[in-house]
Amino acid sequence: MVRKILSIALCVLVLLFIYSPILLLVVYSFTDSTIIGQWKGFSFALYGQLFRDAKIMQILFNTIWLALAAAVLSTVLGTAGAIGIFYSKRKVARPLQAVSQIPVINAEIVTAISLALLFSVVLLYRTYFSLIVGHMVLCTPFVVLSVMPKLKQMDPNTYEAALDLGASPTQALFKIVIPQIFSGIVSGFMLSITLSLDDYIITAFTKPKMFDTISTYVYNAVKNGTNSSTPALRALSALIFVVMIVALLIFNLRARKPSKTAGGNQK
Amino acid sequence: MAELKKEEKIIEIVNVTKMFDDTAAVEDVSFYVRKGEFITFLGPSGCGKTTTLRMIAGFDIPTTGKILLSGKDITNLPPNKRPVNTVFQRYALFPHYNIYDNIAFGLKLKKIPVTYVNDKGETYTKYQKLTRKEIDEKVKNALAVVDLEGFEKRSVSTLSGGQQQRVAIARAIVNEPEILLLDEPLGALDLKMRKEMQIELKEMHRKLGITFIYVTHDQEEALTMSDTIVVMKDGKIQQIGTPTSIYNEPANAFVADFIGDSNILNGTMIDKYTVRFCNHNFKCVDDFEKNEKVDVVVRPEDIKMSDKKDGMLVGKVVSVVFKGVHYEITAIVGRSEMVIQSTQSRNVGDVIGMIIEPDDIHIMKKAFTVNKYDGYITKKNTVVFGDGEFDCDVTTLYPGSHLDEEGYLITANGEKLDLTDTDVNVEVDLTAIEISDNAEEGGARGHIVSLIYKGDHYQYIVRTEENEEDFVLDTEDLWNENDYVSVKIKPENIRISLKQEIK
Repeated sequence: MVRKILSIALCVLVLLFIYSPILLLVVYSFTDSTIIGQWKGFSFALYGQLFRDAKIMQILFNTIWLALAAAVLSTVLGTAGAIGIFYSKRKVARPLQAVSQIPVINAEIVTAISLALLFSVVLLYRTYFSLIVGHMVLCTPFVVLSVMPKLKQMDPNTYEAALDLGASPTQALFKIVIPQIFSGIVSGFMLSITLSLDDYIITAFTKPKMFDTISTYVYNAVKNGTNSSTPALRALSALIFVVMIVALLIFNLRARKPSKTAGGNQK
Repeated sequence: MAELKKEEKIIEIVNVTKMFDDTAAVEDVSFYVRKGEFITFLGPSGCGKTTTLRMIAGFDIPTTGKILLSGKDITNLPPNKRPVNTVFQRYALFPHYNIYDNIAFGLKLKKIPVTYVNDKGETYTKYQKLTRKEIDEKVKNALAVVDLEGFEKRSVSTLSGGQQQRVAIARAIVNEPEILLLDEPLGALDLKMRKEMQIELKEMHRKLGITFIYVTHDQEEALTMSDTIVVMKDGKIQQIGTPTSIYNEPANAFVADFIGDSNILNGTMIDKYTVRFCNHNFKCVDDFEKNEKVDVVVRPEDIKMSDKKDGMLVGKVVSVVFKGVHYEITAIVGRSEMVIQSTQSRNVGDVIGMIIEPDDIHIMKKAFTVNKYDGYITKKNTVVFGDGEFDCDVTTLYPGSHLDEEGYLITANGEKLDLTDTDVNVEVDLTAIEISDNAEEGGARGHIVSLIYKGDHYQYIVRTEENEEDFVLDTEDLWNENDYVSVKIKPENIRISLKQEIK
């Protein structure tokens, strides 16, 4: 009994440790003060400010279109890459896959500086092109990583079976291979969105001068301590947190459904 | 067996070789398949049978050689352009489609020429997809052929292995291919299911009238279903023939061993229609050169047991196993083992006689490339075989080993082994044996019983007196028959390998 209470207490402590900063942020998003830690009574004022602030709205829009564009392009590139690696000869496939995963383990700051260097050499430094390519470099390896296991689970004969039944290689790819690895593609896409949304380092090194995403804007805004010039950012952060939680819940609930019906398919 | 009225060749494989990296999976294979026949590629795993099938399907392209379909070269044609369909070993059904969509997959892609007449009365041809109704009907027929009516809406994962197999067959035959390729389609089914499907496949072949090319490693499956069997080993064809001819007249020891149970014995033709094996002369029906070394095959069911005094051979029973319909009795005759299948039982330890009729002795030409013996290692680390004792290098038995001063073998891991009485396989090349007049010189002694001139050299057989062991050798020197000679073999030319690991 004592052990049970102790273990529950430990769990609560750990969760508190992880979530208390976020909870604090959410709580303080409901008070209208410039300094965090100062409670001036409950109000929705910050939320009002947030939606009236045209600059923040623009930044929010920037962040979302960047994330979508980077995620779509990375998903296409990453899926094609994974399929290419999967169908290569083993001698080629192994080193290819290893190389494709280097950006995952490489320190992001190193990637960012290398990108900045490369783009200044080709005179594309701080353009939309460098920004999107930068985000693709960040996301693509994760798409490869999430598509690869799905390809390995797939019965390799199904592709040949499609060819055998008269499908061209392209038809076989889109009708047979892609549907079987689709869940991996979707999770690669979602992963790319989240990676791109909260990326600061690569964005800071590749973005055009007058362009800001939430990350870079918030970072600049709170650079000088907690005395933020725009307290509305607290409301924005709280909103992002809630949206992420909801998205995660939906995604997990959806992912659980097919695995239930496919229970008999496991060999 | 189905009567093949037409001798029309539907598939012709011409000198096909397939290399994977540096190893040949299929080596210079040529054969043809007649239209409408049920042909089976049979062989152990890795013999190249599946690779051959994949080349016919178009999944693999031959490294060299040609594949002809009804006389047309299709060697480099992609699989989607070939009028053949495949049933895969593990079904390869599309898991994201239901049964209907799986079967309709090929039909939906198909375009057939339809002839129209336009306003001016001219005819023209357009390639059109099949209509929904046509597809529906064809899918329904295919499901009826495989006994799965009403399964259209089911998902693949709800079917049993046997049902999935049937769907895979339906998916292939619905396209009305000229040839159906089946890659070990029954391998994943249990025994009872397999037997049922064998009969059903045979029935389907009869009804559909198309050519079946079947791959299996199960000899019984091949014998039951095929019109023609192609036995393969190490990428080469060993024999092509009907099930009966392959069973009764195997071309070599490998085929005899692989198809059915058999006793394969070393024999020598001592006269026309007389073969000697197990120290007894047998009448037989095959005619070979006198003194030729041959492989003798006797099927276990063809050996009749008798009283000790009536038997051509006498042996001691060492094991009796009940197999349902018959007993499998193993008896030791001299140094050979004989397996006998009989409805009568015997007790272990009984001494029995054995009778073999001339008809039941099948003699095969020996592909004689090397002398093989059973031997053992002595205390002095020499090897005894062929009624003689020879110096040899025992360290070759264990890579990286050496001998210590006391004659024990130290392995690469530092283990100390006593090799005395270790059973070994011994191989000696034909050219590695020298013969000499000096009887004291060599390891074994015997008389020359045969000499054949082979163009640029003579091939001799030296037979020892004690156990009638033979040494076959090639040399340019001339000796006479019946010369008494000694056999010399250099230690480095005696290849030894362990029969089993020493504990």
